[in-house]
Amino acid sequence: MRIHLTSVLVDDQERALRFYTDVLGFVKKHDVPVGGEDRWLTVVSPEHPDGTELLLEPGGHPAVKPFKDALVADGIPFASFAVDDVSAEYERLRGLGVRFTQEPADMGPVTTAVFDDTCGNLIQITDQPA
Amino acid sequence: MVGVVDVFKALADPTRRTILDELTARNGQTLFEICGRLATNHGLGSSRQAISQHLDVLESADLVETRREGRYKFHYINTAPLEPIVERWLANPDAEGKPT
Repeated sequence: MRIHLTSVLVDDQERALRFYTDVLGFVKKHDVPVGGEDRWLTVVSPEHPDGTELLLEPGGHPAVKPFKDALVADGIPFASFAVDDVSAEYERLRGLGVRFTQEPADMGPVTTAVFDDTCGNLIQITDQPA
Repeated sequence: MVGVVDVFKALADPTRRTILDELTARNGQTLFEICGRLATNHGLGSSRQAISQHLDVLESADLVETRREGRYKFHYINTAPLEPIVERWLANPDAEGKPT
């Protein structure tokens, strides 16, 4: 068994696609209409084009918004991505106007930071020695 | 009005004192960051609910203030309730005994 796909529930798929590609730097992998305005929309890291896909999943179910709001209020990230250098990525993203709810902080063996993905989620970035 | 008893009760717990230490290191933290710092910097494996309850006690004693900024909630240390303690025993050591 392998983890091939994971997902974030996004408020707006088009805005999510722009943020996850233009700002975070992922690349679009699949974009298939699945009924209504919903799309099967995935991105991957350009460093691992055949790696785990991230599904930008429509968050239209009525349970989603209260769930996401409660997580965001407490600063809890929905997903976590790896970067080489959290501080450098923090500066880069902040320069692009990204809002952080946690500046880089040493958390034991890793450094972490948390930002708002503009689609209703907080995302954590971590770096750890290889 | 918060009484001095509430302040001492809030400070009597080591986890709550550690929360104030971490807010002194960086003021304005989400619940998530506070929990992460307690776990990784102090080996405190309390549940998020337990930490949230500690924060409620600190907030009741006015030692922590929470501010909503947009969709997020941040916690700030407030040292004002500690000032009467300094005034009473440290600020004027030559004074005659003061009424409480």
